[in-house]
Amino acid sequence: MDNFEPHIYELSAPGKHGTNLPRLDVPETDLPENLLRQDDLNDFPELTELEVVRHYTRISRNNASIDTGPIFLGSCTMKGNPKLHEEVARYAGFAAAHPLQGDALSQGALRLMYELQHYLGEISGFEAVSLQPAAGAQGEFTGILAFRAYHLDRGDHDRTEVLVPNAAHGTNPATAAMAGLKVVELKSDARGNVDMDDLRARLSPRTAGMMLTNPNTLGLFEDQIVEICRLVHEAGGLMYGDGANFNAILGIARPGELGFDFMHYNLHKTFTTPHGGGGPGSGAVGCTAALAPFLPGPRVRKAPDGSYELYTPEKSIGRMKAFHGNFGMLVRAWTYIRTLGEEGLREVSETAVLNANYVRARLKDLYPQAVDRICMHETVLKGQIAGASGVRTLDIAKRLIDYGFHPPTIYFPLIVPEALMIEPTETESKRTLDQFIEAMRAIAREAVETPELLHEAPTRAPVRRLDEVRAARQPVLRYDAEAFRRLREG
Amino acid sequence: MSHYISITEAERAEMLKAIGVASTADLFADVPADKRFPRLELPAPLSEPELVRELQALASQNANAQSHSIFLGAGAYNHFVPAAVDQILRRGEFYTAYTPYQPEISQGTLQAIFEYQSLICSLTGMEIANASHYDGATAIAEAAIMALNLVRNRRKIVVARGVHPQYRAVLRTYLQALDVTITGDETPGATLEDALALVDEQTALLIVQSPDFLGRLHDLRGLAERVQARGALLAVHFDPIALGLFQTPGEVGADIATAEGQPLGLGLGFGGPYLGIFTARQKHVHKIAGRLVGATKDVEGRLAYVLTLRAREQDIRRERATSNICTNQGLMALAATVYMSLMGKQGMRRVAELCYQRAHYAAAQIAALPGYAVHGGPFFKEFVVRCPRPVAEINAALREQRIVGGYDLGADEPELGNAMLLAVTEMNSRAEIDRLVDVLRSVA
Repeated sequence: MDNFEPHIYELSAPGKHGTNLPRLDVPETDLPENLLRQDDLNDFPELTELEVVRHYTRISRNNASIDTGPIFLGSCTMKGNPKLHEEVARYAGFAAAHPLQGDALSQGALRLMYELQHYLGEISGFEAVSLQPAAGAQGEFTGILAFRAYHLDRGDHDRTEVLVPNAAHGTNPATAAMAGLKVVELKSDARGNVDMDDLRARLSPRTAGMMLTNPNTLGLFEDQIVEICRLVHEAGGLMYGDGANFNAILGIARPGELGFDFMHYNLHKTFTTPHGGGGPGSGAVGCTAALAPFLPGPRVRKAPDGSYELYTPEKSIGRMKAFHGNFGMLVRAWTYIRTLGEEGLREVSETAVLNANYVRARLKDLYPQAVDRICMHETVLKGQIAGASGVRTLDIAKRLIDYGFHPPTIYFPLIVPEALMIEPTETESKRTLDQFIEAMRAIAREAVETPELLHEAPTRAPVRRLDEVRAARQPVLRYDAEAFRRLREG
Repeated sequence: MSHYISITEAERAEMLKAIGVASTADLFADVPADKRFPRLELPAPLSEPELVRELQALASQNANAQSHSIFLGAGAYNHFVPAAVDQILRRGEFYTAYTPYQPEISQGTLQAIFEYQSLICSLTGMEIANASHYDGATAIAEAAIMALNLVRNRRKIVVARGVHPQYRAVLRTYLQALDVTITGDETPGATLEDALALVDEQTALLIVQSPDFLGRLHDLRGLAERVQARGALLAVHFDPIALGLFQTPGEVGADIATAEGQPLGLGLGFGGPYLGIFTARQKHVHKIAGRLVGATKDVEGRLAYVLTLRAREQDIRRERATSNICTNQGLMALAATVYMSLMGKQGMRRVAELCYQRAHYAAAQIAALPGYAVHGGPFFKEFVVRCPRPVAEINAALREQRIVGGYDLGADEPELGNAMLLAVTEMNSRAEIDRLVDVLRSVA
């Protein structure tokens, strides 16, 4: 069957609807004529329930997903999403509770939040946790605003710079800019770590702090981390930990003990809340006692009578969003931690690191490593295959689709040419890893012998390579019958 | 070994050999020895049946729309969620997918987002919609940042008092590090005209909300022209359910329009995950924050969808990006898409009518009670009730009857006295409203 499915508007026919709503059972009040909409929702679609369900079911099959196959995207931690989580998060006491119904009517939800604050703090070595941020990037923004508030609170007004390694996620510099601070980029050394000389040279009385992912985006542990934190602190700055790669160090190391002052947790990576095709995430944050007063509210604490209550820290930077965070994600993360406990979490990281190193060890003869070292939960290789000319990492990635694999992260970190960033996660089997390795090795052969297979790939996906230039030059961002006709006619 | 791990002991040994190390512990030699393998004081692991019992017990301690009648809104509403919405969300192909950066194997997600953008444009009358922000509050904050980028050299944002107080708080959080003045909402009772009067040659954006935080509908015709005549932009925050009947931000010429998408089939969820709806005019597309999906075709000429105009985003532009947003509320946008598709033209209008009519019935019944008064003026589904006693006492009495009462306005609008904000939706039947009125009468 053709994978093509029309736009939902093209399936519409006047007079249909897909829901069964209550009857009007009260006397009618006149509508205020001057406030009514003029167009009567003219171009809104009209379909039955079956038509809607069939449409979305059909298009869902055009997606790669964890439930249908492995996704080795580096820095994304695409691990299995336990089905228990999807059940428990939908209990009415969670899914149908009103966020403003008051502490007295919300004790179960508040207790769950209180416990999750504690668990995350324990796992990371931090004193205080706020569950409010909606995603990792918002967690970063929270942290950098807290750094700024901390310095200002001490009368320290001249700290206007944030140090960010050149290998960092794009969210780091974008965050610093949103917080009104200047980004100072740090070099990486030959071993793929922060260049210590460059760090020493860039630290100054203007340093508000440093943002660092550890393990970093090359999948390498910053073995000078204690010294890095010491130097930043010595200069009067604070250390921000980007928790995107936390899956490597559960029960292996605690960022708070390494010297970090603040970090975010990507609950949608490390703590297996589903990615949802781009969100929702959850970017809870943890920090030291010194920074705790600046956390966004509300947080949850225990009242003297043993009940749980929401409160806002005294010097809070303010709310990051309405209400209390992406609560449904919190239920899933709590369940995950309670499922695994200390040993289980450590086993997660040990296995994630084992799997990544196994893939690295078995591919590095064909795909050069960015840095020849033991890696953590992900490995960065280069799509520079000996004897293959005119083949790029993009072609390798697209050919992997023909072998049934979602490509790894490509062209990131930016400092590695032709980067292929592979993160297998702990939930994949050796059998799956071996299949991926065999596919990658076969592609390396094809790259030399039959490169056209790579250039033409993918040929076994719902669609082939797209005209991205046309999408950007002649943007069609909503349904338009005429634009669709033109696209179909070529 | 936990049931989430798929590597056997024999395989582990084989893999360590391939790597060339003796033990798993050897993989962590880069971690400082004195910090390696810390003890974690966590509760012992639980089995699945134990977890179910534990979580059922926690869930049962929370009031919810199944256990209580809910007349509380204030930014989160108990609207009907058709069964088909969750059935679609539960498809692993959707909820276990990644961000659609590889379009050839992400057409499901991309098409759904494109349809979301299309539906939101149809609903609002606006020209473009992005793939979502975190929630209504952050959508407003991003609107302010976008306006500061669009209207050069102006550093003032005027926000009407009628904008949800939590959204105004988030706006201040987001802009605290930038050299920007936020004003217009300081005075209790300040009107839209009061806010408009503050729009001057320093102002980049006026932000208004209709229905406003107190539920009142405003006639916004002509406002955009007056704001634009002063060189500023207009952002309108709306309720997507109200648009089934009432004025759209597109009709009144808004430059930017935002909303909390929670009413579109997301459920209450104790506050999240929700959905930040963000729309704008086409000409502002290069300054919009967040992801956009566009239609194009593949090398064989088939129509297909792709993330586009990516040069605005953090992974490409880094510190020059329009925002740091990366992960958004993708699955929630899918929920809203399925919801709007099921409702269709008739359903959207019908839900809005039911809210309006039942809310007006409730308001009339309450206004007739001795000791109570209802604020005047046109409203949609929420209205202010002045009470004869402190709201906390009234809500305590309602709680006894398994009714979640209105939002206590004491902290946000103290000059209103003992006032509560009551919300009535299509989920509150006449019988339920009558029961609420009976309890209110008895506690007067």
